[in-house]
Amino acid sequence: MVVPVAFFALFFAWPVASIVERGLRVDGAWQFGRFGETLSRPEILDVLWFTLWQALASTALTLVIALPGAYVFARFDFPGKGLLRAVVTVPFVMPTVMVGTAFLALVGRGGLLDELWGVRLDTTVWAILLAHVFFNYAVVVRTVGGLWAQLDPRQEEAARVLGASRWTAWRTVTLPALGPSVAAAALMVFLFTAGSFAVVQILGGPAYSTLETEIYRQTVDRFDLTTAAVLTMVQFVAVGAVLAVHARTVRRRETALKLVAPEQTSRRPRGAGQWVLFGGVLVSIVLLLVLPLGVLVERSFDTPEGYGLDYYRALQSVDPSGTFLVPMADTIRNSLQYALVATAIALVIGGLAAAALTRRAGRLVRGFDALLMLPLGVSAVTVGFGFLITLDEPPLDLRASWILVPLAQALVGVPFVVRTMLPVLRAVDERLREAAAVLGASPLRAWREVDLPLVRRALLIAAGFAFAVSLGEFGATVFIARPDHPTLPVAVARLLGRPGELNYGQAMALSTILMVVCAVALLLLERLRTDRTSGEF
Amino acid sequence: MGAAAIVAALGVTTLAACGGSGEKAADGPAPKTVTLVSHDSFAASKEVLAEFTRQTGFTVKVLKSGDAGEAVNKEILTKGSPQGDVFFGVDNTLLSRALDNGIFVPYEAKGTDRIPAAVQSDQEHRVTPIDTGDICVNYDKKYFADKKLSPPQTFDDLAKPEYKNLLVVENPERSSPGLGFLLGTAAQYGDEGWQDYWKKLKANGVKTVDSWELAYNQEFSGSAGGKKAKGDRPLVVSYASSPPVEVLYSEPQPTVAPTGVSTGTCFRQTEYAGLLNGAKNPEGGKKLIDFLISKKFQDDMPLQMFVNPVATDATLPELFTKHGVVIDKPRTMAPEKIAEKRDQWIQQWSSLVLK
Repeated sequence: MVVPVAFFALFFAWPVASIVERGLRVDGAWQFGRFGETLSRPEILDVLWFTLWQALASTALTLVIALPGAYVFARFDFPGKGLLRAVVTVPFVMPTVMVGTAFLALVGRGGLLDELWGVRLDTTVWAILLAHVFFNYAVVVRTVGGLWAQLDPRQEEAARVLGASRWTAWRTVTLPALGPSVAAAALMVFLFTAGSFAVVQILGGPAYSTLETEIYRQTVDRFDLTTAAVLTMVQFVAVGAVLAVHARTVRRRETALKLVAPEQTSRRPRGAGQWVLFGGVLVSIVLLLVLPLGVLVERSFDTPEGYGLDYYRALQSVDPSGTFLVPMADTIRNSLQYALVATAIALVIGGLAAAALTRRAGRLVRGFDALLMLPLGVSAVTVGFGFLITLDEPPLDLRASWILVPLAQALVGVPFVVRTMLPVLRAVDERLREAAAVLGASPLRAWREVDLPLVRRALLIAAGFAFAVSLGEFGATVFIARPDHPTLPVAVARLLGRPGELNYGQAMALSTILMVVCAVALLLLERLRTDRTSGEF
Repeated sequence: MGAAAIVAALGVTTLAACGGSGEKAADGPAPKTVTLVSHDSFAASKEVLAEFTRQTGFTVKVLKSGDAGEAVNKEILTKGSPQGDVFFGVDNTLLSRALDNGIFVPYEAKGTDRIPAAVQSDQEHRVTPIDTGDICVNYDKKYFADKKLSPPQTFDDLAKPEYKNLLVVENPERSSPGLGFLLGTAAQYGDEGWQDYWKKLKANGVKTVDSWELAYNQEFSGSAGGKKAKGDRPLVVSYASSPPVEVLYSEPQPTVAPTGVSTGTCFRQTEYAGLLNGAKNPEGGKKLIDFLISKKFQDDMPLQMFVNPVATDATLPELFTKHGVVIDKPRTMAPEKIAEKRDQWIQQWSSLVLK
């Protein structure tokens, strides 16, 4: 527990507290009066209200669309399952700018909907909500589906044998068991969508703004640190409240579960109902996830002389202006290196935290649990500016160091690791551990023999998340010292920042490569998972 | 705790794993590197930076610090303990904020006699002008040729009925070309008059988006991205250098640029560099500022950052002379006035145009 606490204190709490203090204490005098003044401004209230309701709506919509997906991935066996699971995670790494482009091509002017039915959704809240589903589908499928696949279906069957209807059996047996992971997924989607920045900006247009865009505006555009600090405090309180509610509901529902190997629980869809469900999920994935990605792929091949590989070829040649782009292979390597380091950090920190949280109870520990989630809900610009004014003294002058990037990425990865592992760890029957102890196993041995086999799967799911988050991370990455070492998303953004057909085409081509790299990396993780788990149960 | 050791070991092995980085640990007593902090658009060719090392013995390390506004704010936050030695990329719209906060120390660069007095805003030499760029309305040549309509040339033209629903602009609060265009209209129509002008633009169907990328690559029908996105606005606020860039990044390069510039709608930005207060290597920093206005660097700049050199002896590349235009009378504004009016104008603009 000491390590994760120190990590968060140093790389999150301290920087954020420092920047908030900087904003709230001007010339030695605290500006608490600014709270009332800021929070009574109608435009700020509008921002708060919009942030809240769009996040709630996005979360609800994501759950409605993705929970059937989680079921399908957990219980059905079908060819290409691993590939499809990787594909639904790809949106997670896509630079939001590119996704905005793709959505505009579908729901905007001259887009698919426009041409078919004359419907345009750009600059409406619908475009924002759909994009949020696109980004967060994998959160639900992976966190909920991961646990669902390990639930023993025989318990539900037993309830049915005892006379319960299908619905009652599901409601009384499966739902309570899934509860914590559904709540965890909903929480993460809520925090992500409440903190949504680029999606709101691109698809909503200047008329929409969330707390996150407002903090950015106050910090970067107006340099009004006091207002930004007030809003950061509001964000803290709001996120804290959400986390507290979450902690309460989860605690009531958490029970030890009988976990089995996922291979035992999935089978081919049977009967009309299951096939309809299966088909419905496939259609929703194609429409909401594959189609937007497809637009980017299509554009990457669409050259002025017809379809071709010109933009991919151009990636290999040296930019006419010299240092702008390094060879494509380098950006892939840079991205992978950062993502691997960040994943390792997130797994160590998150793993230790999750282990500590399962073992101990009490208010302090629960508070710490909530604390670990805060980075998902706190503005990136606040953390980034906080880094600048705190980590500026040797030996911790990290402002120009590459390690800052994986550290910042790990901050976002850790909550995923904790949230994916915790339901599984807590589901482990304490009696198993006790039995091992009674039989003379050391705590370490008990952990290795009891927890690890059950947790390995969750660990790999968590690693997949942390990896995907890091691969697609942009905000912290543009921060760094070495412009000659860009990552894929950074290179995409730079290309899009310049006029010219080649730049635009290359941005599309690089995005396509990012998709492929992400999918391949996740497939490798899947492979790791199936290789190891076989024969363990 | 064992885990601490794991983290430490992890740090070391990953440092090694990220090979090729070759990052040296803290420099010795005499730093051989000089750190240039800039915005994300900074670019310079390797040969030119190598030339600086050859001349002075210092290696340039570039630190990109976000977009222009973000980069300046970060320097203000870290005043006294800056991230580097020299900051490049503060422009006339942000200069007063930087100067008022005292992030620069005076240094008169060698060779400033080759820079026109008009762009040397600071008499105390806390900053040195490096380049200028013009924010202008760009037009889609094909659209206007097809419609047999002459493209607009002035601010007044943009409000005329024949150009209704054709223009897309950026939100001045979020985007620097957006701000430049707003300031251009204020310079043209006066501190009060610009509001009436924007009422006319709004009545004439001006569209606003948050960023240059969206305006140019999505909405504008003349750019490569806009064509794919089926952009339907043939007029966009961009830069005078955008048409040459469209040519440069086409395969094969067309003989005529697909877009043109409405020369009477331009606002001139000047970008400055300055020696940071608290720089660890002020000696190297001074040499770097000298170098930024040297002919070598100034000649390199246009094709790197697509801006115009300030030094009178710099030569423009053929791409600029052939496809670019010279803006005769760009609008501009004193940094102090921008600092004074900026926030108020943006607020007025928002309630006028966005609401």
